[in-house]
Amino acid sequence: MNSKYNEVEFLICLAASLMEDGTTAFVGTGIPMLAAALAKKTHAPNLVAVFEFGGTGASLENLPLAVGDSRTFHRAVAASGICDIMETAQRGFIEYGFLGAAQIDMYGNINTTVIGNYWPPKVRLPGSGGANDVGSHCWKNIIIIRQHDTKRFVPKVDFLTTPGYLNGPGARENAGLPPNTGPYRVVTNLALMDFEPNSKRMRLIGLNPGVTVEQVLANTGFDLLLADNIVINSEPTAEQLRILREEIDPEHYYI
Amino acid sequence: MEILESGTGELFHPPDPDGFREWVHKHKNTRLVSKIMSEQEAIARFVQDGDYIGTELYGTVRAPMSLIRELIRQGKKHLKVAGQGVHELDLLLAADLVDCLDITYIGWEIYGISSILRRAVESGRVKTAEWSNAAISWRFKAAAMGVSFIPVRSMLGTDTFKYSAAKVVKDPWTGKPVCLLPALYLDVGLIHVHQADEYGNCRIEGISGFAFELARASKKLIISAEEIISNEEIRRYPERTIIPYYLVDAVVPAKYGSHPGEMCYRYWRDEEHLLQFYRDSADPEKTKAYLDRWVYGCRNHDEYIKLVGTERLKKLEMEIGGR
Repeated sequence: MNSKYNEVEFLICLAASLMEDGTTAFVGTGIPMLAAALAKKTHAPNLVAVFEFGGTGASLENLPLAVGDSRTFHRAVAASGICDIMETAQRGFIEYGFLGAAQIDMYGNINTTVIGNYWPPKVRLPGSGGANDVGSHCWKNIIIIRQHDTKRFVPKVDFLTTPGYLNGPGARENAGLPPNTGPYRVVTNLALMDFEPNSKRMRLIGLNPGVTVEQVLANTGFDLLLADNIVINSEPTAEQLRILREEIDPEHYYI
Repeated sequence: MEILESGTGELFHPPDPDGFREWVHKHKNTRLVSKIMSEQEAIARFVQDGDYIGTELYGTVRAPMSLIRELIRQGKKHLKVAGQGVHELDLLLAADLVDCLDITYIGWEIYGISSILRRAVESGRVKTAEWSNAAISWRFKAAAMGVSFIPVRSMLGTDTFKYSAAKVVKDPWTGKPVCLLPALYLDVGLIHVHQADEYGNCRIEGISGFAFELARASKKLIISAEEIISNEEIRRYPERTIIPYYLVDAVVPAKYGSHPGEMCYRYWRDEEHLLQFYRDSADPEKTKAYLDRWVYGCRNHDEYIKLVGTERLKKLEMEIGGR
């Protein structure tokens, strides 16, 4: 990877590029916050960032450190509460959701609860938090994973915390989840994936600069589909990097 | 209604709307009496061993930290706890006061996962049932409504559902599967607010998290407040009251009560303190040393605040963003 930027900066810029202007994004702690802030300051000034504990439409001038901190509603249009935000998502108002994952499978199902058996677990992770709700209700979910490897990209997640396409086409609807929702993109330090519309399986569509298809396949613990045209993902522009470093995270909390 | 699937998680606190009605009918009243008291008195009077407690908002944001520290000093044991949490639930778990946890998220957001949660759960000491953040808040909402369940579209199709105590039924109107969450009525709720009058009318600035729901879902409600204001001020702007006084049992004055967390428009989070605790929490001995110094080592919130120091607190007041 180009030494002009690091992997986290690349992930942020790639995630930001996926957000459209004039839409809504359910934003969690970490990379999604930086991506939303960057999108707002570049191509998507009218992006409305929504935070689970009540912030809607914050300016994001200063980077929040927690999903309920005062920066999540600084110069916002509304400061309500978690029921309002979650019900807004449940009513279909929120376009993009952002999720992280300790493990993910080929249908985009996510584990953030335990490694090993449920009880007692080998490793107890934080749990769902708002992730299950975001994954259930937002129209398009973008999953960000900083380390693309076979520990994280697994044939079967140890615990299905947040729904992807469950066990394939139609499974979300059969379970009672809102139709036409689900995982949309997976962004990692190696590549960009989508989900093939008919099989709902994860598919490689873009490589980060300098990464090969073989490298991605070797670091994925399940059969990854390959798109007919796999593109090379754009490098961050000098302007994106400047905004990120000077305006969004000058204290280097994340980058 | 046809039950399609039942979660296998333990229901630690089954809903009892009639029991709740009877309880409030007997114990709550609308007399305008001052409920101002010390945190020692509030915790001693209103929290019993074995109670199910809920806290709001969470560990780095407007959390009732002074009440949590007093709960630990008094060693209230065998607690059942709901939630998402950061510093507050870490402290309760570290002090070994929790038996059962309706968990949605316990972790440190940008810092990482909780070592204290790992030790408590991986050892088998603390029992867990899984929920999502919305699910826990909606369980409070159902209790606030005075009913025994609420239908939602979260948790469907997942292990989060399977290890919860929710049920999936066939929706009688749409015919589609829908998740029913059991209402969560609390024995005790703990909420930190910006302003309260002596009777317990409360105002919160900024986001209100799930204070509205939790306050109404609690049999006993202990409020800590940054500032005590007059009843006249409350009556001038009644629309600002998020918690009316008749829900409240105790009002504890606690300036900087959310420290080391933040309080919007008043003081920013104490990043240095939080980060140091997070690092120390990886080591059980250092965790114990933290409790000895910052919790057991202070007789009350005033002593804690003296230990933090005026200079540090003034700095945090300078760092918080304005409107």
